[in-house]
Amino acid sequence: MDELVEVIARSIVDNPEQVNVNKVEGSKSVILELQVAEDDMGKVIGKQGRIAKAIRTVVKAAATKEGKRVIVEIIQ
Amino acid sequence: MEEIIQEGNTVDQALEKALNKLATSRDRVEVEVLDEGSEGFLGIIGGKNAKVKVKKKEDKSKKAVEFMEDVIANMNLDIKVEKLADRSNDEQVVINLTGSNLGIVIGRRGKTLDALQYLANLAVNKYDDDYRLRVVIDAEGYRERRKETLRDLALRLADKAKAKNKKVVLEPMPPHERRIIHSALQSDSQVKTHSEGEDPYRKVVIVAQ
Repeated sequence: MDELVEVIARSIVDNPEQVNVNKVEGSKSVILELQVAEDDMGKVIGKQGRIAKAIRTVVKAAATKEGKRVIVEIIQ
Repeated sequence: MEEIIQEGNTVDQALEKALNKLATSRDRVEVEVLDEGSEGFLGIIGGKNAKVKVKKKEDKSKKAVEFMEDVIANMNLDIKVEKLADRSNDEQVVINLTGSNLGIVIGRRGKTLDALQYLANLAVNKYDDDYRLRVVIDAEGYRERRKETLRDLALRLADKAKAKNKKVVLEPMPPHERRIIHSALQSDSQVKTHSEGEDPYRKVVIVAQ
């Protein structure tokens, strides 16, 4: 799941080498902390969070098969 | 991205040589003239070669397919990604998803498919602004089926608006779905349609005339 976030983020930012995803696994949920270059924050969030929302939608869809709650957080 | 600098007697000749070397055609490259060149005296003495920089444009449709393959592979789904050549052209590429878990990639009312399509468009058109390729992601004809469903819905709700002589507000929809509703009722003079609210909650309103 973390690779999925990484693949998507890498393809839409200007500095793909600075994309980093940290996986924090709980018993019922997984938190994926997405970190990008400061200049790329806008590229993964988008106007009114539209891009972040799209990323979350795709990740959630992928997670339905595994039956776990996945939360994508964008951190600075 | 591949690029070369090529010299020639004239700009045209330099460009032609460059295209040969890159094995491509004029519409697939960006050209920058570095030196116009000059003929010199009587075309013999002091002539200067023309110089051009030729850069291959990215093959965006290929990039779109690769992006989708990458994403689908990481979603652990048994789904195939294919480019529909007959529906693709210079302006848009249509990518079709086929397989057993299509419900997951489509999502409720196509929400996931729309998200994938949005991200694919961002990934493909990341760099240059002069040439944009529209990416359409479809799943075994889902887009066409959805279109029909929306058209039926539009006609049914228009009848309701006419019968009760009042306005009918639809559920929030993305722009391309609202467009389908508007155009389905365009020729009906007994109703008018418009949209209200802000995306992503913007809705179509049908008003009886």
